[in-house]
Amino acid sequence: MSQFGNSYVELDRLVKAYPNPRGEATRVVDGFSTKIAEGEFVSVIGHSGCGKSTVLTMLAGLNDVTSGNIILAGKEVSGAGPDRAVVFQSPCLLPWMSAFDNVMLGVKRCYPKATRLERKQLVEYFLSIVGLGDAMHKYPKELSGGMQQRVGIARAIALRPKMLLLDEPFGKLDSLTRMDLQETVLNLLNEHRITTMMITHDVDEAIFMSDRVVMMTNGPRAKVGQVLDIPFERPRNRVDVLGDEMYYDFRGCLIDFLEGQDRRKHGEPDASMPEPKPVTKPETVQDLMLVQSPAEVSAV
Amino acid sequence: MKKFKHILLKTLDVAALSVFEPIVRLCYGEDPRAQLRKIGKFILIPIVAFILFLGVWHVTASGIETKFGKMPTPGVTWEQTKVMVGQVFENRRSEKAFYVEQKTKAQEHETKAAQYAAAAELPKNASQKEAFLAESNAQAELAVNARSATFAGTPTIIYRVVHSLKTVFLGFMLATLIALPIGILCGLNPVFMAAASPIIQIFKPVSPVAWVPIAMILVGALYSGSSMQPAMLSSAIVVAMCSLWPTLTNTALGVASIDKDHLNVAKVLRLGWWTRLFKIVIPSSLPLIFAGLRISLGVGWMVLIAAELLVQNPGLGQFVWDRFQDNSAAAFGQIFVAIFIIGIIGFFLDRTMIILQRSVSFDAPAGA
Repeated sequence: MSQFGNSYVELDRLVKAYPNPRGEATRVVDGFSTKIAEGEFVSVIGHSGCGKSTVLTMLAGLNDVTSGNIILAGKEVSGAGPDRAVVFQSPCLLPWMSAFDNVMLGVKRCYPKATRLERKQLVEYFLSIVGLGDAMHKYPKELSGGMQQRVGIARAIALRPKMLLLDEPFGKLDSLTRMDLQETVLNLLNEHRITTMMITHDVDEAIFMSDRVVMMTNGPRAKVGQVLDIPFERPRNRVDVLGDEMYYDFRGCLIDFLEGQDRRKHGEPDASMPEPKPVTKPETVQDLMLVQSPAEVSAV
Repeated sequence: MKKFKHILLKTLDVAALSVFEPIVRLCYGEDPRAQLRKIGKFILIPIVAFILFLGVWHVTASGIETKFGKMPTPGVTWEQTKVMVGQVFENRRSEKAFYVEQKTKAQEHETKAAQYAAAAELPKNASQKEAFLAESNAQAELAVNARSATFAGTPTIIYRVVHSLKTVFLGFMLATLIALPIGILCGLNPVFMAAASPIIQIFKPVSPVAWVPIAMILVGALYSGSSMQPAMLSSAIVVAMCSLWPTLTNTALGVASIDKDHLNVAKVLRLGWWTRLFKIVIPSSLPLIFAGLRISLGVGWMVLIAAELLVQNPGLGQFVWDRFQDNSAAAFGQIFVAIFIIGIIGFFLDRTMIILQRSVSFDAPAGA
């Protein structure tokens, strides 16, 4: 662990409020807190529209924070910057530039002192480690969705970010491509240990990739519901992970939480703060789970 | 062979001439029935429609008697087209003859100059020598004059077309130079947009004809150069005043409606203002900018004819006016020829802009 202990990144009581037509503020996210250690991979999981992406865009600096603090490597974060590279759900490549030039745009910005040749080699290196060595000079429209997303990932890693933010990066891909890319990202992270936060609503993806899964309650007023540690060894292998008996316990735990959120939403729409339905936890997971009550969150 | 077909089809597509696609496919024997049906629908029928139009024109025109004689029918118009083409060749011949004549004249003067110069060398008294030298110099000067004389025939239709094109491009350039930066600033900055908006709204609907006197007066007062005729400059200014608006508004729209994702990329990379402008803002709004430029050039070409007619810039507009002043049936026919020339050139200008527009838009197929 580094000088920052287990709080390399600290999100403290993040609130995002939008004014609604009645002139009040609707709190989409209300008091989201978590800490991430250096090099850790944390997934944030929750139902669509619960505000997961809002948390990520606030961390990325693309969305203003209504209240709360974000600290990255001991410094308060304000505005967007190349120290927090983002991979969006759609690849967001600039369509008038080739894959090479898209990555070069970031490399030029982050290695201002490098020579032309060095930059070229960097771009080629990052594109080849995402498996695009043969398609460097193609334009986005000539690439499949999966390949475009690979360019997006290469562009993000090429920034040498302190933190990598993945916003449902595989959401638009078919399941085979998705598995491919999950492994590409894991291999990348094995080599370049980058603190990562990934937003997803895919339970299997979250377990396979993360060190920790943060479960978010349904919005509005979304916050951290529960946290689950995933102690599988790295580098991970999909077959081994799927073969591990704990895998299904973790899976059951996440699905129970998400279904519990569903029931709350549909069953008691009027209850302002219903107690979470007690989740039946498999014994093996019992001691790994950290249940955060609202009181604990505000005490952080 | 296959590859050539592909290239051909792609070229037609880029040139917005996909109407002719079935002909290419037919030549390669691809589903002849379907191709023939397409040719019938989209090539034959337009041709028939045009012939019908000529028929209606012929019948209508034959029944109209004007003070210039009968209104020109398609036949008369065609005759006058041939006359005008003949004039072009005639003019070229007399131009050639003129320069040959000038050359012989110059040579004569040169030999005379040499003879006088030689005579001046002979030992004579000083005053005679001086007279010979003066004569030699005068002859040399005449030779130079003869060589530098330019042919001043009546401007042919070719000359007028070229002159009109020069004028419209000058005006279009002026318009673009003004409209692009202002449009970009408007798109980038809502406050700037709000500030510029009333000015744009007021001047946009002004008729080109209203700018003519202003342009003429200002050029008369401020322009003293000789590289360009003042009439040409005035026409170009009128063109610019009317054709800058489509480019301006389209550029502003294009810049203001950049994909938010692309701007996020710029934010994450913390790109500087200029890098953001040239790497993200301008490329992303190029398709709309070119759409605006295309409309601008079309407007400019329309405005130009009116401006030339009023300012007496020796292009196609002035030609129409000249023919009107000529008061003859033949001249009336030539006005009709001019209408077709103006229309066809306008069509080609538009096509050129379409091709440019397609070659910069990143979502459409790139050049063949």
